[in-house]
Amino acid sequence: MSQPLLKLDHATIRFGGLTAVSKFSLEVQPCELIGLIGPNGAGKTTAFNMITGVYQPTDGHIHLNGKSIAGVKPHDLTRQGIARTFQNIRLFGSLSVLDNVRVAMQLHCKHGVRAALWRGAHFKKLENEVEMHALELLDIFKLGGLRDEEAKSLPYGDQRRLEIVRALATRPKLLLLDEPAAGMNPTEKDELMHLIRFIKDKFQIAVMLVEHDMTVVMGICERIAVLEYGVKIAEGTPQHIQRDPKVIAAYLGTATEKEEPVDA
Amino acid sequence: MTGAKRWLIAGIVLAVVVSIFSAQFNRYHLGIIIDIGINIILAVSLNLINGHTGQFSLGHAGFMAVGGYTAAKISLVVSPMLPPALQPMIFLFALLAGGGLAALAGLGVGIPSLRLRGDYLAIVTLGFGEIIRVVVQNMDSVGAASGLKGIPKYTTLGWAFSLAAVTIYFVTALVNSTYGRGFIAVSDDEVAASSMGINPVRYKVTAFVTGAFFAGIAGGLYAHHKQFLSPTGFDFLKSIDIVVMVILGGMGRTTGVVVAAILLTLLPEVLRQFSEYRMIIYSLLIIVLMMARPQGLFTWNRKKGGAA
Repeated sequence: MSQPLLKLDHATIRFGGLTAVSKFSLEVQPCELIGLIGPNGAGKTTAFNMITGVYQPTDGHIHLNGKSIAGVKPHDLTRQGIARTFQNIRLFGSLSVLDNVRVAMQLHCKHGVRAALWRGAHFKKLENEVEMHALELLDIFKLGGLRDEEAKSLPYGDQRRLEIVRALATRPKLLLLDEPAAGMNPTEKDELMHLIRFIKDKFQIAVMLVEHDMTVVMGICERIAVLEYGVKIAEGTPQHIQRDPKVIAAYLGTATEKEEPVDA
Repeated sequence: MTGAKRWLIAGIVLAVVVSIFSAQFNRYHLGIIIDIGINIILAVSLNLINGHTGQFSLGHAGFMAVGGYTAAKISLVVSPMLPPALQPMIFLFALLAGGGLAALAGLGVGIPSLRLRGDYLAIVTLGFGEIIRVVVQNMDSVGAASGLKGIPKYTTLGWAFSLAAVTIYFVTALVNSTYGRGFIAVSDDEVAASSMGINPVRYKVTAFVTGAFFAGIAGGLYAHHKQFLSPTGFDFLKSIDIVVMVILGGMGRTTGVVVAAILLTLLPEVLRQFSEYRMIIYSLLIIVLMMARPQGLFTWNRKKGGAA
């Protein structure tokens, strides 16, 4: 088996007395579509924040391409190939749609402050290239026509899509989507599922998503991990997960629990 | 984009040409025009920190003081030793040295800005400005509380407006690039910016150092314009004046900020006829302007995003 793209090895994070994620082990292969589910407060977003360097695990290790990411800052992790979207959309509201994507492309730009100040012919050429790439990317997701709109003035669905485009502009190897279907109607969810599959195939990247919507998760994920109270209780194919008694218990409660007599 | 460089050169040429005829102006008017040039530099450089990068600095008068005193001391010491023909060279060197030292101070204040945001940062920068003032007040080598006198009058209309043009060019060229959009991204959402591969710390420090450098230049021009520096001229009210220019002009709107700098320099002068009521009317006008145009004087269309 090839080297996993991302490897979590007993990753644990505690906030004071609360263990938000406990001994979470998971491997993500290149170009895989993996889902992370669990009831509210199970630690899914916290796991995302550990992978993206926002939080440092208290115990355990996380490796990206075989290299430990302990102590690596979020912006450096993006350089190494992790990009993400947020549960509550976090676009650069006052920038135009095009500029949102341009900003995300700058980590691959070779021209910086000096070129910007000198404004030579070379700078102009490079800036045009960046703009062209950004527009190509926007066109793929049918946002090209909105290039000059302010990001915060876009409709909700477009904002979600723009956030994904912006993440893709950093040229990731692993794309983390935090509840991409939140607030979407069934038609939009359908489009989203197509979109995610399309992204995976077109850009040849691994996609990991946290999602509450079971239709979406079961519909597109090749593999699913289930968290409950910060502990991984199951991992496997959607069919396998749907039948797993532990998962059913986590979501619906168990029969025995209900019948337990209450101590007076 | 070479158009931008053409504008810069045109601005400098215009400033120098007008400066040649500055003897024709009434001395009082000329003084105010130079004040305008200096205030444009201050406001546009603060706009990089407070407007584009979304930090809240109340220490701009402190940076100005560092630059002003440094430049003044250099020309006081050096100019008697060299022939008068070298005067512009001495002045340029004094200004750059003042700007450089102010930039160093900006680096010092930029470091806490990595941890603090919003009101907390404002208080730290306010404290920094006051520290500078108190230090100067107790330094005998720069005249302590009685002030630094006899600074040569090097600042001309040409110097003030050429450097204002350079400041405007520098800040707009910086922000209007793929690199520079990062300043606005940091201001909009730091967490999202860092997950897009932008290092918010680097951007904030860059903004502070650049802003402080130009504030230092403005301080040097001010010193060689008024020919007298006193610590009380750099108290936090001076910082507030500059902040008001930025807010009134519209955070992150260079054109608006330039116009606001002109307007707010002229306003107190125009109001001189009202003598004792002057500052009351001035304050009232600012309140009315803020209520009428909270988004900034010249902010009609924000479609393009970022700097105008």
